[in-house]
Amino acid sequence: MNKTHQETIRPGRHTAQLLAATLLVAGTAFAQDDETLTKQVELEQPPEASGEGYFDYPGMDEIPEGQFGEAVRSGMEAFINTLQHPEAKRHVGNGQNCANCHLGGGMAANSAPLWGAWGIYPKYRGKNDHVNTMDERIRGCFTYSMNAGDSEAGGPPKPDSQLLKDMQSFMFWSARGAPLGKNLPGRGYRSVEEPEDGYSISRGESIYQDQCAVCHAEDGSGKFTADGKQIFPPLWGEKAFNWGAGMHRINTAAGFIKYNMPLGKANPVEMHAALSDQEAWDVAAYMNSHERPQDPRWEGDKATTAEKWHDHTCLYNQEARGHTLGEGTE
Amino acid sequence: MQRLHRLRTLPALLFLALAPVTTAASDLGEKVAQQGNDNGAAACVTCHGADGGGNGAAGWPRLAGMNADYLAKQLDDMASGKRDNATMNPIAKGLSAEERRAVSEYYAEMEAPTEAPGTDAAQSVVERGRAIAEQGLWRKGVPSCVACHGPGGDGVGADFPALSGQHANYIENQFTAWQDGTRHNDPNELMASVAERLTEEEIKAVAAWFASQPARPPAE
Ligand code: HEC
Ligand code: HEC
Ligand code: HEC
Ligand code: HEC
Repeated sequence: MNKTHQETIRPGRHTAQLLAATLLVAGTAFAQDDETLTKQVELEQPPEASGEGYFDYPGMDEIPEGQFGEAVRSGMEAFINTLQHPEAKRHVGNGQNCANCHLGGGMAANSAPLWGAWGIYPKYRGKNDHVNTMDERIRGCFTYSMNAGDSEAGGPPKPDSQLLKDMQSFMFWSARGAPLGKNLPGRGYRSVEEPEDGYSISRGESIYQDQCAVCHAEDGSGKFTADGKQIFPPLWGEKAFNWGAGMHRINTAAGFIKYNMPLGKANPVEMHAALSDQEAWDVAAYMNSHERPQDPRWEGDKATTAEKWHDHTCLYNQEARGHTLGEGTE
Repeated sequence: MQRLHRLRTLPALLFLALAPVTTAASDLGEKVAQQGNDNGAAACVTCHGADGGGNGAAGWPRLAGMNADYLAKQLDDMASGKRDNATMNPIAKGLSAEERRAVSEYYAEMEAPTEAPGTDAAQSVVERGRAIAEQGLWRKGVPSCVACHGPGGDGVGADFPALSGQHANYIENQFTAWQDGTRHNDPNELMASVAERLTEEEIKAVAAWFASQPARPPAE
């Protein structure tokens, strides 16, 4: 991407017309990026683990020598320390690492583990009416969870890039011996049903200040070292996942939070929760009632963007704590 | 060490005229550390050492270079009995709130010993400890120690104390204290929930790893 492009493309801050015009100028490279700008599909619920427990993924000492091993190591590094990996960091437009939402470096059951994902793709989904590949899945995570539109590269990695090869080598390695095409126990996040009386953002706020702020900071901005290394991830604001990421849906966030947070207290592998369903929904709603980077599928105004892309449980273009959400961050 | 400390507080001394209160506080901190007081608090240096480095064999922790707010909270908790330790509770109780604060700041400002406490554990055990510290034990859902205690285990703010440069013996004792419930002053039982999931062998390994590391200033 050339410099002019980097400076001008800010998906979501410009109108659809401008986006379209720039698409013509930027040519094929950006047109490929654009295919991730479709509906992100919610995962279906996996079966419960049987007596044998979860899939037995390999250990670090089982990474082979040679080029494949190097690809696995690089892919693992890109997944865990995305903000530091020399290639991956060019595609990160916020302060997130992939492993922030896929605990245990992408290996923990019920934290959307990579060994559970590998054998599921490519997959046809009626919802967005095309075959979703792993390649597209990863690039989609860059577009939304990592807000790639605001990155140095200006978008997600290219389909044939070494980075995607490395990340897929890591995923493939993690799933050695796992059956293909099977929804394995521990895949994805557990879903937590919406409580009968809905949720409360103000109750969520006190849960947040009591149990989450010690790590994620009172204002949700997380903690970073002076040289930009992440200590605790941001949950909202300009360094967080954007309005198009799966985590901005309250149901998805509640499912993640219930069995994964507070870190160390909840245990996804043993399906031990520290919060009740109600508390998980309340705090998820509080987290998602703050501004974050704009949805890259911006349609020119909030109402149209909401109508086209936000037909699910979220607060985009909704009133919360005194203002209408979906402004994005500057 | 005494000289070294004086050198480091030189800039503070220059402000003497402007900020006499600060200087009084650090004088008080130094006095408590060196001499204790006449209310039953023994001199801290007898156990925690002239250099604030503690003593491995005896289970006396390093205090030098630790976060001031963290140390003050521990002293408050030991004074109130929230953190239960036969040696420290009477000492902490013997200190006034002002003395607890002053001595915490005194130790926080003191430069930590540059050498790692060291360990006689086998290299393979230390390496296992490193893996636990940096990657956790996720097969049973235990996060890495550095996920909370910061990069290198060098500490994050007042809530997550430094582990690097701490004695293995002391680290092991803390795990026992959480497991048997005598230490229960951690925010939201975060450390207690981690401590209960480690085996004795895992605790020994991870303690050996942190003791093999020199104390470093937090990365924040
Ligand atoms: C802000 C949280 C977040 C971050 C950061 C994140 N993801 Fe995800 N990821 C999710 C959510 C949520 C889902 C579940 C999909 C859904 O329900 O929308 C998911 C799903 C996935 C899946 C599919 C899982 C399956 O079982 O089908 C893969 C693969 C994946 N992510 C890879 C990545 C990669 C690679 C990165 C970094 C480039 C990344 N994720 C960063 C939240 C995140
Ligand atoms: C002890 C520190 C700690 C506490 C307390 C804590 N978290 Fe986290 N949280 C983390 C860390 C560390 C990660 C990233 C995990 C990783 O990278 O392995 C994380 C990740 C997350 C994520 C993933 C999304 C993102 O944007 O990165 C969410 C959402 C989250 N936490 C919500 C919460 C909520 C809600 C609470 C309170 C109920 C909470 N956390 C309490 C440390 C904590
Ligand atoms: C007789 C020996 C002894 C003396 C004297 C002593 N300590 Fe301690 N101190 C200990 C021991 C033993 C521990 C560890 C307690 C435990 O295992 O929980 C400790 C722990 C501490 C801790 C907790 C450190 C941490 O990392 O959590 C602080 C703070 C502390 N001492 C401060 C002081 C101060 C200040 C003084 C002087 C007023 C002092 N101690 C005098 C033996 C002593
Ligand atoms: C989920 C967050 C979290 C994780 C993960 C964690 N700790 Fe802690 N740890 C804490 C907190 C919080 C405290 C401070 C307790 C207090 O304020 O009294 C603490 C305190 C400690 C202390 C006492 C230090 C002192 O000076 O007294 C030791 C030792 C310790 N942790 C070791 C470990 C080790 C080893 C690991 C990895 C196996 C680990 N911790 C993982 C949160 C965590």
